[in-house]
Amino acid sequence: MSLLKVTNLVVSYGGIEALKGISFDVEEGQIVTLIGANGAGKSTTLRCISGLVPCREGRIYFEGRDITDYNTQKIVETGIAMVPEGRRVFANLTVLENLRIGAYLRKDREVIEEDIQYVYDLFPRLKERSWQLAGTLSGGEQQMLAVGRAVMTRPRMIMMDEPSLGLAPLVVKDIFKIIQTLKSTGMTVLLIEQNANAALHACDYAYVMETGRITMTGTGEELLASEAIQEAYLGRRG
Amino acid sequence: MKERKNARLILSLLGVAAIYFLGWFIEQRSGSKSMVVTVLQKGAVYALIAVSMNLLNGFVGLFSLGQAGFMLVGAYTYAILTIPMAKRAAVYQYYDGGWVQFTVGVIPAMIAAGLIAAVFAALIGIPVLRLKGDYLAIATLGFAEIIRAIVQWDTIGPLTNGSNLLKTYPTLKNIMPGNSVLFVFLVVGVCIGLILLIINSTYGRAMKAIRDDEIAAEAMGINLFHHKQMAFVISSFFAGVGGALLAMYQGSLQANSFKSSMTYEILLIVVIGGLGSVSGSVIASFLFIAASEWWLRFLDSEMLVGDFKVPLLAPGFRMVVFSVVIMVVVLFFRRGIMGDRELWEIGRRRGAKGGRIQ
Repeated sequence: MSLLKVTNLVVSYGGIEALKGISFDVEEGQIVTLIGANGAGKSTTLRCISGLVPCREGRIYFEGRDITDYNTQKIVETGIAMVPEGRRVFANLTVLENLRIGAYLRKDREVIEEDIQYVYDLFPRLKERSWQLAGTLSGGEQQMLAVGRAVMTRPRMIMMDEPSLGLAPLVVKDIFKIIQTLKSTGMTVLLIEQNANAALHACDYAYVMETGRITMTGTGEELLASEAIQEAYLGRRG
Repeated sequence: MKERKNARLILSLLGVAAIYFLGWFIEQRSGSKSMVVTVLQKGAVYALIAVSMNLLNGFVGLFSLGQAGFMLVGAYTYAILTIPMAKRAAVYQYYDGGWVQFTVGVIPAMIAAGLIAAVFAALIGIPVLRLKGDYLAIATLGFAEIIRAIVQWDTIGPLTNGSNLLKTYPTLKNIMPGNSVLFVFLVVGVCIGLILLIINSTYGRAMKAIRDDEIAAEAMGINLFHHKQMAFVISSFFAGVGGALLAMYQGSLQANSFKSSMTYEILLIVVIGGLGSVSGSVIASFLFIAASEWWLRFLDSEMLVGDFKVPLLAPGFRMVVFSVVIMVVVLFFRRGIMGDRELWEIGRRRGAKGGRIQ
């Protein structure tokens, strides 16, 4: 059984269908990516899964449970964490406070302290900057913090929305290292990327989205080898 | 770490005790009617109200302009509940002695003032808190004006005495004669202490998260509406208590004095003190009250230097100067006196906790 199962999801904003019935699965412990151009509906998919926008049709199952009608709070408690687009760290709070906000819904105080240490071990840079305001961090560090904050919710799966957006190429490399680190801890990652090349290299399985539909699926290697993908997303011509 | 924390706690307690002693001492020295005492009384009352407004504007990022309305509710609740039975007939002379035929003590009445204001906030909050930014400001401002109009409505005159004065309730002069400053300081101190506890709790951290980024806060599972509603209710509770204190300070009460300009005065204090700084609001409110009640009074009266009559000085000119001060603050000192730091954080580096990043 797959960890996350999305079936025939339809989302519309004011009469315009942003998702026209998409279905996909995310297996436990894998990195699964949705790639596609602007406006393909990738972010809408994530926002719908995390309960920030309602869906019109379709069902979402997490660990076999139907979570379609859950609100955001309940979805976070169920074990789905989100790293929003543009990092969105709390700029006027310290790094430590940001991490504590991640654990907001949790009641297990002692374990929270352990998890903070766990995040600091994962990203030692954050530990050095524990008392610094998040707004003063560099882009890459903010991305680490956004991921760390998501880890603090104790999720089964982390969804990342365009983590490489607006970051320098070297930093993007770091981001994908972070994603691999997460995977090595056994975390499941659902990744949304415009940077198809990097995403396909990093992922176990990929879905290609175009204007609200899934048009291609396959493992990372398969899609990297596909001519259609090379032409449309990787800028190589046969 | 723990020892330093304890040392800081003891230090701040000593500081608070020193302030209380100073307030008491000044009143003993210069008498209850002196200008300093007036400034200390009104400054403390405004400090509480400013802090309650800062809780909303500076910590949750809700731009609300309803403070005068909630103060009015609190002030009226207090006055209505505490007018002595013997004097009700005289106060409510146009309404056959009024509906309320009992009297409660000062402290219960103040708590009731906060609670009734909080109830109003809870009701108003349900529709209004769905709005954001300027729209929220306009809606709350509107509600404050509506409350003011309703209180003066003749039909509920037996409750509110219509547009007539409420008076003869216990005031600062007769609650603790000769120790009025100490009384105000104690009440305000307890209230601000409670607000500080809220701000530094997990709850307060969630509020700051909402201020910084609503979407991210929601994605972390923070229920936006619930937290905004709670902050609105808590802020209004303390505005209500502040209103009750203001009623005590004024000695008599009329709905017409709770105009929106009162909200602006408080907003000015909050901005001058620094959005997101409790100690900033407190400092700014004493400065503001001292300036408006005392130091800048001379601007409202004619002044002769030798035979030369200084131009512009006329009743109302004080407010012109104030307006200029607001403009200067907003243009050049946007962070206010304290920024978003507290007095006890002043030693810390900018960027390392403190120093707001835009």
